Amino acid sequence: MSEKSDIMYFVTLKEIVDRFKLEWINRPKNCSEIKISSNEVNRPGMQIAGFYDYFDANRIQILGMVEHKYLEHQSSNDRKGVFNQLFSKQIPLLVVTRDLEIFPEISETAKENSVAVCRTSLSTSEFMSALIAFLNTSLAPRITRHGVLVEVYGEGVLLLGESGVGKSEAAVELLKRGHRLVADDAVEIKKVSAISLVGSAPEIIRHFIEIRGIGIIDVKQLFGMGAVKDSEKIDLVLNLEPWVDGKHYDRLGLVNEYTNILGIEIPSLVVPVKPGRNLAIIVEVAAMNNRQKRMGYNAAEALNQRLIKGMGKSIYQE
Amino acid sequence: MYSKEVLVCNQVGLHARPATFFIQKANEFKSGIWVEKDDRRVNAKSLLGVLSLGITRGATITILAEGPDEEQAVNALVDLISSNFAE
Repeated sequence: MSEKSDIMYFVTLKEIVDRFKLEWINRPKNCSEIKISSNEVNRPGMQIAGFYDYFDANRIQILGMVEHKYLEHQSSNDRKGVFNQLFSKQIPLLVVTRDLEIFPEISETAKENSVAVCRTSLSTSEFMSALIAFLNTSLAPRITRHGVLVEVYGEGVLLLGESGVGKSEAAVELLKRGHRLVADDAVEIKKVSAISLVGSAPEIIRHFIEIRGIGIIDVKQLFGMGAVKDSEKIDLVLNLEPWVDGKHYDRLGLVNEYTNILGIEIPSLVVPVKPGRNLAIIVEVAAMNNRQKRMGYNAAEALNQRLIKGMGKSIYQE
Repeated sequence: MYSKEVLVCNQVGLHARPATFFIQKANEFKSGIWVEKDDRRVNAKSLLGVLSLGITRGATITILAEGPDEEQAVNALVDLISSNFAE
């Protein structure tokens, strides 16, 4: 529950122009209303040659050296035709890279069709990769989860569990032990790529923690700059739950469990909590162990291998 | 799952003090309870979560609950907000 991901996200044209410090070539009147909701971009080579099947007009178009050179060989009339056709599709934005000279036909037809055109000094590939990375983050599916996100030995650890199970208290102890807080209580999680999740705190409550009996504390003020971080990838999920006598908890760690967040399987553990069990140290160990597993060493597996080897030897000796 | 929309119309919106009344009330129930504003949904039993929504006067929020006492929970919280937290 508490998941919602059926919403279309968008980024405004202004955000993109500001982010990449683009130079305006044509700024249409309605440019503040232009929104981009596709994280894919297109180099309009095929379209310049007249092929418009499967053309997605929602994508930002990027005009680089190849297209420029091709257009140089065209007559002014042909160029006019090419851009009239492209702009009539009402694309959200055309970006010319490498500070290439702007053909007068581009400015003219862009104005006529009121389509935004900008220019950047970056090379096409540089700009494309930076733009796609920005779009992926800005348009990423996201959810807010109730939990605490901490960075422990470089691992992003998401602590989940009912109110009052001790997530925030564990976070404070982790801070005292030199780790960092990213978010308390509400963690905004973004799926920034097909394989990674990044969590951060909602702006208003960033770097605040609520401790029962004390109230709200400002971690940045109290513990300093070294104790906070704005965002962190999520490497491990720890589900904290009150210790139930007689319940089976994982004793070996041979089986890997996962928690699915926004369609991504994140390694996860169920950690039983009871008074006197030092949660912070358990989180530290879990983080280190998770890292070691990712680097290819599984302690439970190694112990088992040693055991099997030892058994084989003793059978042989008998 | 049971849910209701409510308009926040007390003087200042859901700032720190009204929010504590709100989460105290939410914590009286067994059900899982969430508050939703725009596209964000947070746990109604968590103070910072509720504060993070920045609910101002005039905002419409949705209260959702799921569990054994979901109806009572939603209605109690809607009443609390509608009564302007008995300001």
